[in-house]
Amino acid sequence: MKVRAQIGMVLNLDKCIGCHTCSITCKNVWTSREGVEYAWFNNVETKPGIGFPKEWENQQKWNGGWVRNKSGKLELKIGGKRRILANIFANPDLPEIDDYYEPFDFDYQHLHTAGDTKHQPVARPRSLISGQRMEKIDWGPNWEEILGTEFAKRKIDQNFNEVVQKDIYGQFEKTFMMYLPRLCEHCLNPACVAACPSGAIYKREEDGIVLIDQDKCRGWRMCVSACPYKKIYYNWKTGKSEKCTFCFPRIEAGQPTVCSETCVGRIRYLGVLLYDADKIEVAANTPNEKDLYQAQLDIFLDPNDPVVIAAAKAEGIGDNWIKAAQRSPVYMMAMEWKVALPLHPEYRTLPMVWYVPPLSPIQSAVQAGHVGMNGEIPDLKSLRIPLRYLANMLTAGDEAPVVRALERMIAMRAFKRSQQVDGVEDAEVLQQVGLTPVQVEEMYRYMALANYEDRFVIPTSHRAYAENAYDLKSSCGFSFGNGCGDGNNGVNLFGTKAKGVRQVIPVEIQE
Amino acid sequence: MAHLNLFAFGIYPYIAIAIMVIGSWIRYDREQYTWKTSSSQLLEKKQLRLGSIPFHIGILGIFLGHFFGLLMPKEIWHLFGITPEMKQLIAVGAGGLFGLICFFGLTVLIKRRLTNPRIRATSNTMDIVILFLLYAQLILGLLSITVSLGHMDGAEMLKLMAWAQNTVTFNSVAAAEAISGVHWIFKMHVFLGMTLFVVFPFSRLVHMLSVPVQYIRRQHQIVRQRFVR
Repeated sequence: MKVRAQIGMVLNLDKCIGCHTCSITCKNVWTSREGVEYAWFNNVETKPGIGFPKEWENQQKWNGGWVRNKSGKLELKIGGKRRILANIFANPDLPEIDDYYEPFDFDYQHLHTAGDTKHQPVARPRSLISGQRMEKIDWGPNWEEILGTEFAKRKIDQNFNEVVQKDIYGQFEKTFMMYLPRLCEHCLNPACVAACPSGAIYKREEDGIVLIDQDKCRGWRMCVSACPYKKIYYNWKTGKSEKCTFCFPRIEAGQPTVCSETCVGRIRYLGVLLYDADKIEVAANTPNEKDLYQAQLDIFLDPNDPVVIAAAKAEGIGDNWIKAAQRSPVYMMAMEWKVALPLHPEYRTLPMVWYVPPLSPIQSAVQAGHVGMNGEIPDLKSLRIPLRYLANMLTAGDEAPVVRALERMIAMRAFKRSQQVDGVEDAEVLQQVGLTPVQVEEMYRYMALANYEDRFVIPTSHRAYAENAYDLKSSCGFSFGNGCGDGNNGVNLFGTKAKGVRQVIPVEIQE
Repeated sequence: MAHLNLFAFGIYPYIAIAIMVIGSWIRYDREQYTWKTSSSQLLEKKQLRLGSIPFHIGILGIFLGHFFGLLMPKEIWHLFGITPEMKQLIAVGAGGLFGLICFFGLTVLIKRRLTNPRIRATSNTMDIVILFLLYAQLILGLLSITVSLGHMDGAEMLKLMAWAQNTVTFNSVAAAEAISGVHWIFKMHVFLGMTLFVVFPFSRLVHMLSVPVQYIRRQHQIVRQRFVR
């Protein structure tokens, strides 16, 4: 047993209102720079839809993640090491900028400088790459917002695979939608790390955050292809790849990531998970895809088990980390209540950002009194979002864990409703889903009330690990470049253009 | 004229190599953030595939050909029973083949860089300069084949080998003398080749020093400790 700690995240999709505050605050902090205008370390997709970049879930197209090869060994879907090196001159699996979208800005200045004209002046769009006028913007970071674009285009969403009669969801009365906020999964078996020819990407031992060493990255761009979530972005300006950092400077200080901190729906949770690093390879190599969810759960260690605590201490994991693991909301939701599920476990990367599936309105037939009831709980087949759709997204197609999670959430509501409204404790509804009243009260506290201190249980870096401040004197602090130099300025010996100079296309006024 | 010859082929090579070595060293040490392939594949994929693959295959072939052809002493070739005439034939054949492959790729890449609005707008001066330097050097190299075909005895080639081998053994006067009689196309080719060494540390060419050979033997996953315990 080799105990390691991981900071994990849970997103409660049942409460996500799709406001994009997470994306915007993340953008403002991390990617409001030339070269990564198109990159969204965090983005929110409306599902069903093809997502961002286009069809990222279609691994037949992008070849992301891992597969079991013929001899039963785990191999990157883009190919073994030799194939990766053979493709180094031109990566066949790399998305092009148009698969994301061409970043644009508007000539706002024209609104100020336009002279006296017959018509109202307008701010026209301009490409942030070529600087040329864009006559028509035909894709953006969130083009499918609230079921934008035709169903015919959205229905190639991979999660529709094996959903019966998917065409009926194109009808107005039958349609459904949900939000899916996405960020780097900080996987236990990251495909990006394995694909990087330079060895620039690494997982941090102390908190499991996956980072790209910007100095070591040479721009071979294999990580972009290997990541099945397409959460590594190539910065065309610096020639290096960049990704979600899990806001590590904040995490180290005991603060939640920016996306979590600013989430107005309070849907995000951060906590420590202890896991057995020796089991990673076997778990990721589970033969049957549908067993991957359970295999992933089996890696985690019970932070209250004295054996685990002793082993963790022997590995040098500090007391405050173990304490944090004991009251980790992520552990409770993923392991104890099993309401949080991993996103696409079939990619075999063992993702560490988990999702509570969304309940959806029960079809009108149910409300009219024709409810299919399964004991105390309505039959989940009458939910608007098809179970199979959620299962394809969260459990490699196995509906049972999704049913369990949704039933537990319904049971919690039913229990609290009877308790608060009718003044009786309906223990029967809990029995059916295998929960105790104490557990449900906890679930209610964490999932419904969701107080700040309960959502974010982040230990600060251990004092004994702290850097020697004397060595840091006169250094630059956190920067995007090469220490004090950003490696990219106008007077650089190595011939790069001054950055941040954006030209406004002069508009000729036509009378 | 003799002085100019001595400078261009006896002294300039050392200046060029010194700039390459020291310049790359400083850049690697001080500015690793700029050490990269500068790939523009994200912005344009099709033409890149069409151009980049033949360009790299061609230029690697040419590089290896020059390396062994110029620096391996003629006695070793002799040992293998290869006469200068045969060696020149091999050089002309293999060099010509890889040269043409490279020429095709480089032509596509230059056209792409100059005409694709996204690539043009995001290119820096050195990206374009380096393409044209390589193009000029490649064309000179291909033209030199026509000179070689005029006399297939291998004598001209032996002079160039003598220049290269005297240069790397620090006999600069002998090196300059050895090359003084060769055709001007060869001289231009050698001079421009040395100039490529000069611009090397200031351009994206440095990425060739980072060929990721260790990747083959590396473990898949990398875990870093932030603090040494």
